Amino acid sequence: MNEHWLSIVLFTPLAGMLVLLLLPSSNKTLIKIWANVAGLAGFLVSLPLVFRFDRNAEGFQMVEKVLWIPSLGVHYLLGIDGISLLLVLLTTLIGFLAILSSWSAVEERLKQYYAMFLLQQTGMIGVFLALDFFLFYVFWEVVLVPMYFIIGVWGGPRKLYAAIKFFLYTLAGSVLMLLGILTLYFQHFRQFGFYTFEISELMKLQLPVELQQWVFWAFFLGFAIKVPMFPFHTWLPDAHVEAPTAGSVVLASVLLKMGTYGFLRFSLPLLPQASITPAIVQTLVWLSIVAILYGALVSLMQKDWKKLVAYSSVSHLGFCTLGIFALNPNGIAGSVIQQVNHGISTGMLFLIVGIVYERRHTREIKEYGGLAHVMPIYSIVFAFAMLSSAGLPLLNGFIGEFTILQGAFEANRIWAACAVLGIVLGAAYLLWLYQRTMLGEVTNEKNRHLPDLNLRELAVFAPLIAWAIWIGVYPKPYFEVLEKPVAQIVERVRPGYFNSASTAVVTAPSTLPSVRGGAQ
Amino acid sequence: MSQYYTATDHFVLVPAILLALFGIAILLFDFLLFPLARQRKWLILFVALGAAFSGGAFYRQQAFLARNAIDRITAFDGALVIDGFALFFNWVFLAASLIVALVSYKYLEIEDEHRGEYYGLILLANCGMFFLAAGADLVTLFVGLELMAVCFYVMVGFLRSDKRSNEAALKYLLLGAFSSGVLVYGFSVLYGISGSTKLADIAGAVAARPHDDPLVLLALVTTAVGLLFKISAVPFHMWAPDAYEGAPTTVTAYLSVASKAASFAFLVRIFMGPLASLRDLWEPALAVIAVLSMTVGNLAAITQSNVKRLLAYSSISHAGYILLGLVAGNETGIQGVLVYVLVYTFMNLGAFLVLIALRRQELLGEHVDDLSGLVHKSPGYAFLMLIFLLSLAGIPPTAGFIGKYFIFLALIQTQHYWLAVVATLYVAVAVYYYFRLVRSMFTGVLADQVPLATSFGLQVALAVTGVLTLAIGVYPQPFLSLAEISVLR
Repeated sequence: MNEHWLSIVLFTPLAGMLVLLLLPSSNKTLIKIWANVAGLAGFLVSLPLVFRFDRNAEGFQMVEKVLWIPSLGVHYLLGIDGISLLLVLLTTLIGFLAILSSWSAVEERLKQYYAMFLLQQTGMIGVFLALDFFLFYVFWEVVLVPMYFIIGVWGGPRKLYAAIKFFLYTLAGSVLMLLGILTLYFQHFRQFGFYTFEISELMKLQLPVELQQWVFWAFFLGFAIKVPMFPFHTWLPDAHVEAPTAGSVVLASVLLKMGTYGFLRFSLPLLPQASITPAIVQTLVWLSIVAILYGALVSLMQKDWKKLVAYSSVSHLGFCTLGIFALNPNGIAGSVIQQVNHGISTGMLFLIVGIVYERRHTREIKEYGGLAHVMPIYSIVFAFAMLSSAGLPLLNGFIGEFTILQGAFEANRIWAACAVLGIVLGAAYLLWLYQRTMLGEVTNEKNRHLPDLNLRELAVFAPLIAWAIWIGVYPKPYFEVLEKPVAQIVERVRPGYFNSASTAVVTAPSTLPSVRGGAQ
Repeated sequence: MSQYYTATDHFVLVPAILLALFGIAILLFDFLLFPLARQRKWLILFVALGAAFSGGAFYRQQAFLARNAIDRITAFDGALVIDGFALFFNWVFLAASLIVALVSYKYLEIEDEHRGEYYGLILLANCGMFFLAAGADLVTLFVGLELMAVCFYVMVGFLRSDKRSNEAALKYLLLGAFSSGVLVYGFSVLYGISGSTKLADIAGAVAARPHDDPLVLLALVTTAVGLLFKISAVPFHMWAPDAYEGAPTTVTAYLSVASKAASFAFLVRIFMGPLASLRDLWEPALAVIAVLSMTVGNLAAITQSNVKRLLAYSSISHAGYILLGLVAGNETGIQGVLVYVLVYTFMNLGAFLVLIALRRQELLGEHVDDLSGLVHKSPGYAFLMLIFLLSLAGIPPTAGFIGKYFIFLALIQTQHYWLAVVATLYVAVAVYYYFRLVRSMFTGVLADQVPLATSFGLQVALAVTGVLTLAIGVYPQPFLSLAEISVLR
């Protein structure tokens, strides 16, 4: 039981799905209840990970390893470190809340709907737990199919276009990534004489820098499309706008993190010399900065509420990739925290849009105005989400963005200066959105009698708000959990970084507590 | 040649004898025992018995190879050879024959053409395939090819009163005969070069000659063109969409998997045998043909509205992928050819099985729109079709991914990076048209209320193909081990 805990976390949603398929499709209430039970169970079984996790241990914990396909050297290999711990917890929580939020939003083909969510849940958790590249790739692709159906069946008017675009874009990237994986796999055979997909084995490879760079670009296509980095982001607004609310939430909060996680887990540790090549670092950093600014500017222009949130994701994910390619402890730790933050705050923003959309069936910003008078609780929740997303101190977004900027500043001041602009613009479009929809007089008669949040809807937001405040006020445990894995990545990419940096003032890992000080 | 028919000869030939005997027995007993059309489904029992007996004989051969730790058994003075390669393909043929026979009765009853010869032809065609996989002599191979092809000419035109079926049969016959002519011309040149019809002798004679010898080039080109016709690689693919569309769907299914597998066995035997020394000549040419096949197959499939035609074009692109395994040519590549043929057999058969169920008394059921809303009417069929289509596209964890995995890996091992990039990108294109069917099934409005034409045999066959398509994807090890010992060395 103990040594199989990760498998339990991984397969609880799948087991829930299999039972769900046996339920009669006519009994809608039963299906809804069971889906929620399964989602909640998925979250609850992931909680013990927090207590079992040893933050002082090096490397991966709770490792499970079974030979899966002997002749290919493929293992069923799971393990967890601080980075995957946070992302798995985010996944299980968001997955459950997405199911809970669908209670009254979706009424047709319920059984398939919830089955897709639960299947996707297993796929996403698998991506964050797999330590075997083959296994990782299987989960990575498994996620695509349920999301295709969630968008394509239960989505908006242009759902079919959006669904296939999402599928094809990500697939095109990931098959090229597969070639990169196979290259490493084959090189490992040439150097060590046996085939394996195990990450820790592949890390022993000594590859010429040029080959590393080719593989890096292959991985880049797979991960950058998923993130999505500029200029591969065009699938994202379509997918987000057409997806049902819960689909958007999972897509933004978890699916996009698969890309950033891929950079952290695979690109950097497996291809350290390529990752430090100036050309590559410059390209990725500037693509990130363009994404930050471009996403924010486009958000300012949006008339559609949901599209605004979608483009804001492009901007926020730009911060995450900027942090990663600052290639120092602050940047990377900040990036992981910001990934969790984005999951929380953008998840909330999509839920917020979903709630008025469910009541009014429009997402045009100009259709709304003065909702604070009609839906006071809603407007408070929205304020939390908006401020957390805009990076207000004492809320989560601030911690992430601040740490990333600190990392970027250490690496290159110009990067930080450009990125700061993004924060200003972010505050602008979010505050302006809030002002146009919530404040002032009620401009549209149809909004006069909108019901406020009910108890179930509040229950969806409550954990997210609580988590946002916790990270904002007391981020210490998060940085502690991340310290070891982040240090490991940095040491791998820049050998000797910590020895030489201990003489410098800014960049030792001991500066992490200063961030905590800044937040309090 | 001291004896005409030794015990070894018999041991090697017996599966083919059994297949032929049962095939002929069906022709005899058909009108003696089963005068009424509705009784004829019992003939499937003959097919099953024929397959079981020859399967038993294959099993004994496989056991014999394993027990004595030998690579091959040769018979008839080297005209026939039983090795892992031949046995692997023969397992595939038997599985395909059984599945097709199992699903045919309901379909043929609906078409009102349920006649006994059909089952006989399946077994006789299978007998021809045996010689294609096990032959090591030009004449044996050619006779096997023609035995198979003649059976298929008849089966493609089996719907006598259907214009499309007649037209398809005629086209297939003309182009098939033409390509056989080209092929046999190439064989005659090979014989002229070497003075022998044995593949091993020819290989030696060809290798001894300079590469720019015009005679060698002539032999290479004509033989290759003939073979590429048979596997419907671009630019020799024109017959395939018409033949696939017009033929009865059950025959299309059989044609697209078994005949294709047999032709690939034949092609690999020739290219890795007599033509092996000319690799630097044919490798680039085959690479171009493989890329062309993927390009034309995938792009043409996008615009098809008839599902059978769509699958015909998709099968052209699959032929391109399999050829890439041969282009790579290392052990992984040949193993990839085997694994790919195996998974392709089950996933493609599965997709056709769903189409067979869509053919109902008053509905042709071949248009993309006929799949519309299938999930509302028969969710089980819709989800099985989804699995087959995902597998055809090569999305893990289905069998199709394992097939593509080997091809990609082989290309990387042999440093054909650009071919690998092209091959992987066409996966995305393929998803586009396979997902047109998925979209139709899952998001379209229900096309009609007429229930699907299911039968017990069809359900069994669907279960088998569906389970295998998933099982090979999730736990491929046993199948990979089988392919590993079957690589042509």
